[in-house]
Amino acid sequence: MAVVFDKRQHANTEKKILNAALVGNPNCGKTTLFNALTGLHQKVANYPGVTVERKSGKLIDTAGTVYRLMDLPGLYSLTSRSLDEKIAADIILGKSEHEPALDVIIVAADATNLGRGLYLCSQVIETGLPTILVLNMMDVAHKEGIKIDIDLLVETLNIPVIPAVAKNDIGIAELRDALVQLAKKEIKPGRPLIPIHETTANDVLTPLARSINENNSESDKPQEQLAIQARYAAIDKIVNLIISYPASTKSSLNDKIDRFLTHRFLGPVIMFVVLSAIFQTVYSWSELPMIWIENMITGLGELVRQNMAVGMLRDLLVDGVIAGVGAVLVFLPQIMLLFLFVSVLEDSGYLSRVAFILDRAMARIGLSGQSVIPLLSSFACAIPGIMAARTIHNTRDRLITILVAPFMSCSARLPVYTLMIGAFIPPIWFGGIFYLPAFTLLCLYMLGVVISIFSAMILGKFVVKGQISNFIMELPPYRIPVWRFIFLRVYEAGRTFVKNAGKIILSITVILWFLATYPRDEKHPNSHRIDQSYAGQIGHFIEPVIKPLGFDWKIGVGLVTSFAAREVMVSTLGTLYNIQDADGTSIGLRQAMQQDINPETGKPVFTPLTAISLMVFFVLACQCVSTLAIIRRETNTWRWPVALFFYMLILAYSGSFIVFQLGTLLGFT
Amino acid sequence: MTLDDLNPGDEAVICGYANEIEDEIRLLEMGLIVGSRIKFIKNAPFGDPIQIRLRGYDLSLRRNLARRILLSEPVSTS
Repeated sequence: MAVVFDKRQHANTEKKILNAALVGNPNCGKTTLFNALTGLHQKVANYPGVTVERKSGKLIDTAGTVYRLMDLPGLYSLTSRSLDEKIAADIILGKSEHEPALDVIIVAADATNLGRGLYLCSQVIETGLPTILVLNMMDVAHKEGIKIDIDLLVETLNIPVIPAVAKNDIGIAELRDALVQLAKKEIKPGRPLIPIHETTANDVLTPLARSINENNSESDKPQEQLAIQARYAAIDKIVNLIISYPASTKSSLNDKIDRFLTHRFLGPVIMFVVLSAIFQTVYSWSELPMIWIENMITGLGELVRQNMAVGMLRDLLVDGVIAGVGAVLVFLPQIMLLFLFVSVLEDSGYLSRVAFILDRAMARIGLSGQSVIPLLSSFACAIPGIMAARTIHNTRDRLITILVAPFMSCSARLPVYTLMIGAFIPPIWFGGIFYLPAFTLLCLYMLGVVISIFSAMILGKFVVKGQISNFIMELPPYRIPVWRFIFLRVYEAGRTFVKNAGKIILSITVILWFLATYPRDEKHPNSHRIDQSYAGQIGHFIEPVIKPLGFDWKIGVGLVTSFAAREVMVSTLGTLYNIQDADGTSIGLRQAMQQDINPETGKPVFTPLTAISLMVFFVLACQCVSTLAIIRRETNTWRWPVALFFYMLILAYSGSFIVFQLGTLLGFT
Repeated sequence: MTLDDLNPGDEAVICGYANEIEDEIRLLEMGLIVGSRIKFIKNAPFGDPIQIRLRGYDLSLRRNLARRILLSEPVSTS
């Protein structure tokens, strides 16, 4: 204990780190400013117990003083009610349990939308903390002919005001200079917008005072409304004094772009083309790097195998650990590609247009248009899809989206579908238009969609608390994305996945490898007697439970091993039937399964009905450790992934049970 | 008249909120206060939500919310 204590004291005297927070409205370029200020020195985590991201970085002022700069969630007001806004407000008001008291607050405001920025800034000033205002996007304001009298603004607010273009690093040096004054205590708290003595019973400060006292009673509502009105009235007066707008208001480039992109007919068509292109690309472009990663992992495994003595340690390293690392890395191409596209869509302003166009459809199931991209991405893979749910502003909507994303039939289910359909669904046409195998596949995809809609409604009504999104969403102007910030986000997405979800995926993969390998005949260590392994024993053990679904012990083994990844079902069946290098299209495996006879009943083990039952199980069950790991990472608790796993398991069991029992009853055996 | 009654291009001034509105505080904080001038830009391709412009920025909100934002008569129609 004493040693630890000494160390701490030493660290404290050596370098004093000041705490700073960056706040601002959504879409004011706050994140760009944060990136420009901190570069790669960022830490991303979650606030304990919630989905809200906690981002901080290192900022050094001109004199060398180090600041820990927190990037707070975007907010419009300190009295806001949503979870992420409340966290931000608590930190600013010094009420957060998890963050230290602040030494300085940097308010970022959009120079082209100063009124709303000043609304937040005036509230921050009233906290009494030293405040610096950064007017971002001065270049756009200049281009639009908006003139801002900075000196007058400084005089009015009595705080440093720094004009900036964060994406071009303009104003960053000036901000660092301003912080030096702060360290010397030369920055005084700003001047409240409305002198406090002018306010009466309907106090302008009422909302702020109330949020500090944590006393949001409904009866105060009219007062709060009057207070907001009064604050905006004061701001409008200031804005009229310091800003001059151009005389002409001819239709801007932005409106011209919107004329196409949110056009009644063209809008949806263009959106369909853009989204299809993105998902096609994520699907196909990621294939090659995924093969490279797999080959590299296999190569590395072989290298180790050749250079190590035969034994358990070698097998653990090659088949457990190295294969497990491969199981983690193989997701990176899809995650990074999807984040590349989603970041470009978001930073360009098009993502909010997608939400604008598709909101109507999503509103019916209690979500908003912002859930569309994460859910569509989940058809490729739920991992990047769930991560893309970070773009959803409403925390309730985000959680529901995360929890229903695993129902979308991902690419890892496809090999199982292919194998089962290829082996047991006859290739016939019916009605002249339906090709039975294709129709079956379509039904499986539809089943996932229908259940996800059903689940979203149930979750929204009964399980997930939080304010129902009324979808009050800004449509920011179109902007050209800044590439270095796009790449930073792509890198961050990959890094957090490997760092956080990777650990869980790796450990479960090693455990599953162990279950599928041991105990084994040590005299013939190379014979794959998976049926005698622990996994095989589990398969036999659970056979009575899964028998009503039409599954035998071999499927039971597959259900255990495919928890590592769904497609492992196919290779496990391949191993059990002694078929080399089995994949979904393997003819040998299909024949072996078709010819497999149950020794007790003398009937085939697999029928079209068992195949359908198994596929329904795969649509509905969360047979994927990586999905659970990423949900753990994104929701910051084990509660949701565990609850989801059992919810999906019960659905899958019931679904397969109904299919098999009803089918048997109707004579489809 | 409510925000829901405007046509693309119409401009009007907010004169209040219907009583049973949720999110009133949020709308106020975003600058939709009594006296704010609003321009109706367009409907989303499928009819809902709508896009409006105020204070130099664009906002989209659903019609069920727009119906509860009360307006004085249109200032100008284009």
